[in-house]
Amino acid sequence: MITFLLRKLGVLIPTFFGVTLVAFIFIRLLPGDPVLLMAGERGMSEERHTALMKEYGFDRPVWEQYLSYIGDLAQGDLGKSIITKKPVTKEFFTLFPATIELSLCAIIIAVFIGLPAGMIAATRRGSVFDHTVMAGALTGYSMPIFWWGLLLIIFFSGILGWTPVSGRISLLYYFEPVTGFMLIDSLMSGQEGAFSSALSHLILPAIVLGTIPLAVIARQTRSAMLEVLGEDYVRTAKAKGLGPGRVIGLHALRNAMIPVITVIGLQVGVLFAGAILTETIFSWPGIGKWMVDSISRRDYPSVQGGLLLIAAVVMMVNLVVDLLYGLINPQIRHTE
Amino acid sequence: MKKTQLFAAFCGASLLTMAALGAQAKTLVYCSEGSPEGFNPAFYTAGTTFDATSRQIFNKLVEFERGETKIVPGLAETWDISEDGKVYTFNLRKGVKFHTTKGFTPSRDFNADDVVFSFMRQLDKEHPFHKVSGGTYEYFDGMGMPDLIEKIEKVDDYTVKFVLKKPEAPMLANLAMDFASIFSAEYADKLMAAGTPEVIDQEPVGTGPFQLVAYQKDAVIRYKANPEYWAGKAPIDDLVFAITPDASVRYQKLKAGECHVMPYPNPADLEAMSKDPDVNLMQKEGLNVGYLAYNTMTPPFDKPAVRKALNMAINKQAILDAVFQGAGKVAKNPIPPTIWSYNDAVQDDPYDPVAAKKMLEEAGVKDLTTKVWAMPVQRPYNPNARRMAEIIQADWAKVGVNAEIVSYEWGEYLKRSKEKDRDGAVLLGWTGDNGDPDNFLAVLLGCDAVGGANRSQWCYQPFEDLIQKAKIVADPAERTKLYEQAQVVFKEQAPWATIAHSVVYEPLRKEVVNYKIDPFGGHIFYGVDLK
Repeated sequence: MITFLLRKLGVLIPTFFGVTLVAFIFIRLLPGDPVLLMAGERGMSEERHTALMKEYGFDRPVWEQYLSYIGDLAQGDLGKSIITKKPVTKEFFTLFPATIELSLCAIIIAVFIGLPAGMIAATRRGSVFDHTVMAGALTGYSMPIFWWGLLLIIFFSGILGWTPVSGRISLLYYFEPVTGFMLIDSLMSGQEGAFSSALSHLILPAIVLGTIPLAVIARQTRSAMLEVLGEDYVRTAKAKGLGPGRVIGLHALRNAMIPVITVIGLQVGVLFAGAILTETIFSWPGIGKWMVDSISRRDYPSVQGGLLLIAAVVMMVNLVVDLLYGLINPQIRHTE
Repeated sequence: MKKTQLFAAFCGASLLTMAALGAQAKTLVYCSEGSPEGFNPAFYTAGTTFDATSRQIFNKLVEFERGETKIVPGLAETWDISEDGKVYTFNLRKGVKFHTTKGFTPSRDFNADDVVFSFMRQLDKEHPFHKVSGGTYEYFDGMGMPDLIEKIEKVDDYTVKFVLKKPEAPMLANLAMDFASIFSAEYADKLMAAGTPEVIDQEPVGTGPFQLVAYQKDAVIRYKANPEYWAGKAPIDDLVFAITPDASVRYQKLKAGECHVMPYPNPADLEAMSKDPDVNLMQKEGLNVGYLAYNTMTPPFDKPAVRKALNMAINKQAILDAVFQGAGKVAKNPIPPTIWSYNDAVQDDPYDPVAAKKMLEEAGVKDLTTKVWAMPVQRPYNPNARRMAEIIQADWAKVGVNAEIVSYEWGEYLKRSKEKDRDGAVLLGWTGDNGDPDNFLAVLLGCDAVGGANRSQWCYQPFEDLIQKAKIVADPAERTKLYEQAQVVFKEQAPWATIAHSVVYEPLRKEVVNYKIDPFGGHIFYGVDLK
């Protein structure tokens, strides 16, 4: 197990450096520079532009900038935002809990609905339920997040008045964030109604962000289950007189879970991408919107740092997924 | 039943907010469109940042009257300008208190030291605070202050003298701008002694009507009314900025009562807003102009007759209908009608494709091929540059001019459009900074700006003489005459096709009273009340 883990970590380190290089080069390949964008229509003289580029250190050769960036990175310094002048790490970790909270809720919704829906659809192949789940999954997968979010806001918040329109908690409640997770902080605040307010604010964005993963998980579970249900050992188990619950729960599901877990792991990247739009629609103060703003302002340190930290999280999640394979099917652990 | 109770518990928060806040304290919620870049307005140029900082937390020596471009006393009660226009002496207001915050309790009232500190920090590169927090003073430098100010002197505790290198009539208007916000020198000294000077830009202390309570990045900014504000406490007790980037969502929040005021509505929502019984849709002409700048250095656009003919081929009303969806006004002058000295007597070029074609033939222009540059971003003065370019392209095709539409990434667009040998006409615009005509005419059309903000690369001496004279004349009546004449010259020479001035819409809930639309596009909540 330890060898397996070390081998996986050995792959992660060069990947991590690859990401630093891609993040560094990518933002610099975009036309325009932060100084020009800061000046806007007003513009600035060539001398002042040169002076500011020098001040920020952007006048140096790219390789030199990269090496100094790696040097700072080795000391845990991701630099300061050009715009807000605050450390990138501080900005990221101020906003990251909001994205984690939203993504976790979205994935919980996706797994808790998608998994059973896919399983039932597989066991009742060709039924109305099966067709409904598959049609729903296709619709959910094809739905543009922006449009879907606005539709839910207009219906549930505007017409029915059941949920708040946007934000993380009602403005009535005010407390200093402790963990950055609103559900936890609202509970810790001890203010009456704060938790239910935070929860009500989470419902719509979590549904919107969870829709695509839900659709993917439901479809993947269905096809994996169908494949497993046709295997000899399942037929044998049935022939031995085991009940459908034991056949599906004990024999089929365990084996069908491998591709499903792979898909769930891959959805983490999808969630971060989806968070960009979901956070904008629901005024959710997470890293998705922060990244978009940083890119559009060519805030080099924020983009580099943000991409790096997101990549690190995605890599960690995939490592956990790899470890889970081993837990579900010990054969994988031995053969790897 | 359970479901209903659950939903009631879940969603009652917003209604509770308004009801509870109404019962306890008057809280106005503003659904702002974005986060401030920081809390020192001198570092930035974005209106969103000014809304969150200078317009609530700080004061300037002189200010713009709320809802107007007129200059009124701020922290300076009175001022004198010397005969030669080079010395401005400000007599400061007494008894003005700085905010008392968690980190700072002022031991003295505002005085001349604070004024000297606030300006010298930006002016003097050796000032101990100049480099703090990065030290880029974009507006101060952009407005040419370092080349203009010779020195700033404290005469006594309540008198400050600004000595200029040359007379500059718009100086007073410049001092009413956001970058000229006054900080506490005492607070700065305290922070410097504690080794945390950058805190001055993160936890602001001003003399303004509201003081910052808390900022949760990208989520909410909370202010409370300054109880000791020199002009009297604000009618509302608390001010909250609920940061809501999407315009459609802002409108939903306004409808649901989750906010009282929202900026920048979607043009598509305007009709519904005007019919909404809970919403008061205010409107005002914006302090801006959208234009198409020819490159007057390249033939055949160096001939005024050709430029005029092309102007006459553009159907501006069609642009207003299609691009502004009615939220605009045809522009005939390079300055908006809300600015003093606007010359209403100027006649716009009529839309006449037949005459335009004839004029082009007379000028010897045949089978002209050119480019129209379309901005890649949305601005109040041009909500859809691509669509505007398409209309111009179609209009010009009718007079035999073949135009190709080009666009670049915004930074590149700004850079390339400045080049003197640029091919084609550029769509761009301008929003006024200080309500002075000089801020449009000299910045965008002056000889010094060729190769810079003067996208038409137009340097025409009779026009230049008029605007330069107007810059040094102190008498407003004389300045008005000079600018009026300059607009006549501009129209004759036609370096631009002036397209439109946008109309600013501001939807607010009916319970909001005494709100005034700021001509500079800002959002100011001092003086606003809730019924």
